[in-house]
Amino acid sequence: MKFTLSWLKDHLKTDMHVDDIVEALTDLGLEVESVSDPTKELNHFTVGEIVQAEQHPNADRLKVCKVATGDGCRQIICGAPNARKGIKVVVAHPGDYIPGLDTVIKVGNIRGVESYGMMCSERELMLSDEHDGIIELDSKALVGTKYVDQCNELDIVFDIAITPNRPDALGVRGVARDLAAKGVGELKLREIPRVKGSFNSPISIHLSKDVLNEDCPLFAGRYIKGVTNMESPKWLQERLVAIGLRPISALVDITNFVTFDSARPLHVFDASKLSGELTVRKARKGETIVALDGSEYTLSSEDTVISSGNVVESIAGIIGGMNSGCGGDTKDIFLESAYFNPISTARTGRRLRINSDARYRFERGVDPLFVEKGIDFATQLIIDICGGEVSKTLLEGETPYTDKEVILRPNRVDSLVGMRIPKVEQERILIALGFNVSHKDNLLCVKVPSWRPDVYGEADLIEEIVRVTSLSKLKGIPLQKSNLGVMKPVLTPLQNRVSRTRREIVALGMNECISYSFIDEKSATLFSGAIQTVALLNPISSEMTHMRPSLLPGLLQAARRNQARSLNDLKLFELGEVFFGRKPGEQAIHAGGIFVGNYLPKNAFGNQREVDVFDAKKVVESTLNDMGVSVENLSILRDGVPAYFHPKRAGKVSLGPKNALASFGELHPKIVKAYDLKGPVMAFEIFIERVPFSKNRKLIRPPIKVSELQPVERDFSFVVQTRCEVDLIKKAILNGEKGVINEARVFDIFEGKEAEQQLGKNKKSVAFMVRLQPLKTTFTDAELEAISKKIISRVEKMTGAKLRS
Amino acid sequence: MNEISELRKRYLVLINSADTDSALEDVRIKALGKKGEIALKMRELGKMNMEQRQAQGPVLNALKEEINNLIKTQKDNIEGQLLDSRVASEWMDISCSTRLSGGGSVHPVTQVTEEVIAIFSSLGFKVADGPQVESDYYNFDALNIPPEHPARQEFDTFYISGDEDDQTPSNVLRTHTSPVQIRHMQQVNGPCRIIAPGRVFRSDYDQTHTPMFHQVEGLAIDTDISMANLKWVLEEFCRAFFEVETVQLRFRSSHFPFTEPSAEVDIRCSWVDNQLKIGEGNDWMEILGSGMVHPKVLEAVGLDSDKYQGFAFGVGIDRIAMLKYGIPDLRSFFDSDLRWLRHFGFSGNDYPALHSGLSKF
Repeated sequence: MKFTLSWLKDHLKTDMHVDDIVEALTDLGLEVESVSDPTKELNHFTVGEIVQAEQHPNADRLKVCKVATGDGCRQIICGAPNARKGIKVVVAHPGDYIPGLDTVIKVGNIRGVESYGMMCSERELMLSDEHDGIIELDSKALVGTKYVDQCNELDIVFDIAITPNRPDALGVRGVARDLAAKGVGELKLREIPRVKGSFNSPISIHLSKDVLNEDCPLFAGRYIKGVTNMESPKWLQERLVAIGLRPISALVDITNFVTFDSARPLHVFDASKLSGELTVRKARKGETIVALDGSEYTLSSEDTVISSGNVVESIAGIIGGMNSGCGGDTKDIFLESAYFNPISTARTGRRLRINSDARYRFERGVDPLFVEKGIDFATQLIIDICGGEVSKTLLEGETPYTDKEVILRPNRVDSLVGMRIPKVEQERILIALGFNVSHKDNLLCVKVPSWRPDVYGEADLIEEIVRVTSLSKLKGIPLQKSNLGVMKPVLTPLQNRVSRTRREIVALGMNECISYSFIDEKSATLFSGAIQTVALLNPISSEMTHMRPSLLPGLLQAARRNQARSLNDLKLFELGEVFFGRKPGEQAIHAGGIFVGNYLPKNAFGNQREVDVFDAKKVVESTLNDMGVSVENLSILRDGVPAYFHPKRAGKVSLGPKNALASFGELHPKIVKAYDLKGPVMAFEIFIERVPFSKNRKLIRPPIKVSELQPVERDFSFVVQTRCEVDLIKKAILNGEKGVINEARVFDIFEGKEAEQQLGKNKKSVAFMVRLQPLKTTFTDAELEAISKKIISRVEKMTGAKLRS
Repeated sequence: MNEISELRKRYLVLINSADTDSALEDVRIKALGKKGEIALKMRELGKMNMEQRQAQGPVLNALKEEINNLIKTQKDNIEGQLLDSRVASEWMDISCSTRLSGGGSVHPVTQVTEEVIAIFSSLGFKVADGPQVESDYYNFDALNIPPEHPARQEFDTFYISGDEDDQTPSNVLRTHTSPVQIRHMQQVNGPCRIIAPGRVFRSDYDQTHTPMFHQVEGLAIDTDISMANLKWVLEEFCRAFFEVETVQLRFRSSHFPFTEPSAEVDIRCSWVDNQLKIGEGNDWMEILGSGMVHPKVLEAVGLDSDKYQGFAFGVGIDRIAMLKYGIPDLRSFFDSDLRWLRHFGFSGNDYPALHSGLSKF
C-alpha cells in the first residue's frame, strides 16, 4: 500500500526522519518495499523570473529570454508558449540533470543564439505528464531559492507490503497507529462528528434474507441531493496522484480517499439512475452487469449484488456498475457504506477475476464498527467539496461484531518468544494498538479492537507485543540437545539408500540432473504405459502439463538441449520422484539415466567407443549390488519391458516374476526420433523402493576361505546359435564341481557375417575363461581332463553348443 | 711363478676389454673352460711332487677364483651399460593426456541438501519426507490457511486434475514443504525435531522464479522451545552452512498463517564486486521465513497447545546454494547443461560431513 509522508502526518504527530520511519515500519512487520523522495532529484532546481522575452531571430516558435536567477541574469532560449515576461519559473543551469529527459544540460546554441540553461515543464521534472508549457510559480516565490521549497505537493511516497492478516493497515490511519505504538510519534485524535440529515432518504435499503446473516449483515446509506460533481480540489488530487491513482471526479476521489485513509471502501450511486429501493441479495444465475471497468460480468447465484428494480447496480464489495456510476452531471447521489463478508467477497472476486481496492479490503476484513462512521466521514467531505443536502442515515441489519476477550499471561511472552518485556510495557503496547486491557489476578484481560479480525488468541497478542518491541532485539538461546552423547544416525534406510545410490551412479561417471517434475502430454503418454497420466488443471505452459511417470523424458529433453549445443557425449541421470496417480502418496522414487554418443570420446589410447547396453546394465548392477542385491541372483527378463525400450535389446531385472527392480537397455528408435535425438540412446530405470531391505544388519563377515593351492585357468570356446544367451552357457559351466569352478568369464564373442562363414549360418562362437581351484591337492592332468569334459558336456546338453575345434 | 703372474695380467686385460656378453664368455672359456689355460695348469698339478703341488695349488686356485669374480663383475658392468643405453633410448611423451574416464557430478541442490542434513542432524534433527501431490487439507487447511483466505491466493498453486466423475476435492502440488510438519506431528504426536527437504511447486516463471524449486522445512516441538531457541538454531545453521566464523541474523516481524509470532530472517552480508560475503558488511539479505508454530496448527494435529510449543522455518535450498556457491541463475539449475553440471556440480567424494568441514574448499 502506498501513502505519502504528509498523509501520514495527518494522523501521526512526528518529527522523525524518514529513514527512521522506514526502519520502524519494516521492524513492525509493515515491510517497506520502496520510498521515493522526489525532492532528492529536484534539489538543484531554483526559482527564476523572466525579465525579458523576445522573438528568436531565426525561429518562429522560440523566444530568447533573459532570466533573473540566483547567479545573475541568464539568456535562455525557450519554446514554451507560456514563456513571457514577468512569470516566475523553474530554472536548470548548465550541468544540471533533468530527470524527465534523463540528460544533463549544457550551454547550447539554438539556431545561432546561445542558451545558458533551461526553464522546465512538469514532465521534465517528472511531476506529471504536463508538457504544454513551462511551470509558472507563485509570483511571491523568491528568485534564487530552491524550487523544492516552493512546492508543497512534492511529498515522500512510501510503498509498504501489507501481510494478509492486517486489514487495518490498508488505511493510513492503521499504519499511523502502529507507528505511534512503536514510539515514532503520537497518534492524533480523530473525531468524526455525526452529520445530521434533514430529510428521509427517498431510496430505501432492503437486505434480502439470503444475505442478511452472512454475506451482508450491515448496510448504511444516505441520500445527498444537489451535489456538484466537479474536479477534486488540488490537495485531494495530489494525494491520489502521489499513490498512483488517477483523479476522476470529486465524488469518486472522495471514496478512494476514504478507502486509503481509513481502510473503509464506499460506493456512490447516481440516485437519478436508480429506481426506488436498493436491494442487497444473491444474484440470479446468469444475471449480468457492466461494471465501472467497462467489462460485462455474468454472475452466479453465489455472488452478492446490490440491485435496484431489476438492474444489478453493483457487485457487493467489489465493483460498481456503469449504469448508476457518477458523472459530471450527477446531482443527487446515494452513498453506501456496508459490511460484506470476507469469504464470499473473496470467492466472487476470484471467480470474476476483478482486483479492486474495495475487494482487497473486504476480503481481508473491514472494521465493522466503522461502517457508520465511515459514512459520516465521507458525507462531510462531500458536503465540503460538492455541497448538497444530506438525508438521515439509513441503517439496515446489525453490526457483525461481538467483543472478543483474550487472556494474556504476561510471562508467556518470555516462555514463547524468549524476550523479557515488563508487564506494564506489554500493557502499554496493547493499549497503544487500540486494545482494551484490564487486570484479573496476574493476568491481562485484553479486548480486541474491531479493526483487528486477525487477533484470536494469546499467541496473537504476544506477536503484537514483540513486533512493537522489535524482534530485531531477540537474542538467541541455545536449544538443549534432545539426547546426550554421541550423535545417532538420523537417516532412514531408504534415505540412506537414495543418497548412496546417487553417489554410486556418480562414481560410474554420470552427471546428476534435476529436471522439472512436469512434462508435456506427449511425453506423459509415451512413458506412462498402461498407467493413467496425471495432468495439471492449470499448467504454466504446454511443455509442463503432466506429472512425469518416468525420469527418462526429462533426461531425453535435456539430451536434446545438450546436443543442440554440440555436447554430444552424455551420461545423464536423475534421482527423484515419479507419479503414477493423482492422490498423495502415489509417487515413487526412481533412479533413471541415459547414455548417448560416445562412452569415451576419441583419444590417444584408442579406447573410444559408442555407448552400449552394458553401460546401462553396469549402473543397474552396481547400484543393486550396493543395495545388497546381487544381479547374479536375479533373473533378467525380456518380457514385460516397457514399450519405450528396444524390444530386442532391453531387459528387466526381476526379483521373482512380479517384482521388477530395474529396467535397462537401448531405447526404442522411435523414442529417439520422437525426441529428435542423434541416437542410439541407452537407458536404465531403477525402482529404488522396490528393492527389499535386508532385515538384519550383518557387521560380522563370513570367514574368508583362501586356498594355498594354485588355481588353474582353462579356456573353452563354444559354437552356439546366435540367439543363445551367453549367460546360459555361463550357468551351465558353473552348475557343477562344487567349490572347484571359481569363475567363468566370457572373454570373446565372435559373431556376424565372417563368423557365420566359418561356423555356419546363425552361429557364433563364445570363449570362456574358467578358473579352477583344487580343493585338497594339486590337479593331475587326468583330473583336469575329466573336469573339462564334464563342463563341455553340461554346456552341450544345456545349450546345444559344440566345443569349437 | 712368473708364468702365473703373466697369465693373471693377461686375463685381467682380456676381461676388462671384453665389452659384450659373448666376448666375456669367450674369455671365460679361454681361461677357465675345460681346455682353458688355467684348467690346463691345474691339470699339470697332478704331475708335480707333493711339495710343488702344495706350493702351486693354492696359487692356482686363488687365481681361478679371482678370474671368476672379475668375470662376474665385468658381466654386471656390461649389463649395467646395456640397461643404461636401453633406458636412454626409451624416451616417452609424458605430456600426453591420461586415459579418459567419466567425471561424474552431483547436482548442487543435492549437495546442499546433504550439507543441510549434516548440520541439522548434529542438532538432533531427523529427516522427514512427504508426498509432493498433496491434499488441500495438508497443504492449506491444517496449516491455518482456510479456503477463501487471501493468503491462499498468494501461493500460485498448481492443481491436479481429477477424474470427471470424481467428486473429491482436487489435490494440489505442494506449494511448500510445510505439509510435512503436519504429517510428522500427526505421526509422533509429541516432541520432535525434523527437517524436511524437497521439491515444491508454484505457478510462477520469470528471471528469478521457476515453477519448481526446493525448500527445507524445519520443525522443533517440545514443551519449552522458544523463539530465542529458533534464532540460535538458525544462527548455528547459517554459521555452519556458510562456513564462516560468525553470522548475524536479524528477525523482522512478518506474517505466515501457520506461525505466530512470525519473522522473516535477514542475514548480515556485504556485496563487494558482485561477491557476496556473509557475516560482514552493512547489508541485510532476507534468507528465510520462520516463527512459532501457530496454536491452531498444533490443535489441528491433536497436540495440546497449552502444553506443547515450538518453532518452524522454511529455507529455499536453491537460493542458499546460489548464495553459497555463487551460482547466478535459478533457471539454469533445471536446464541440465552438461557444462553447467560439471562446473557447479560436486565430485562423488564430496560427501558433506561436519568433522571434515562441509566442503573441501
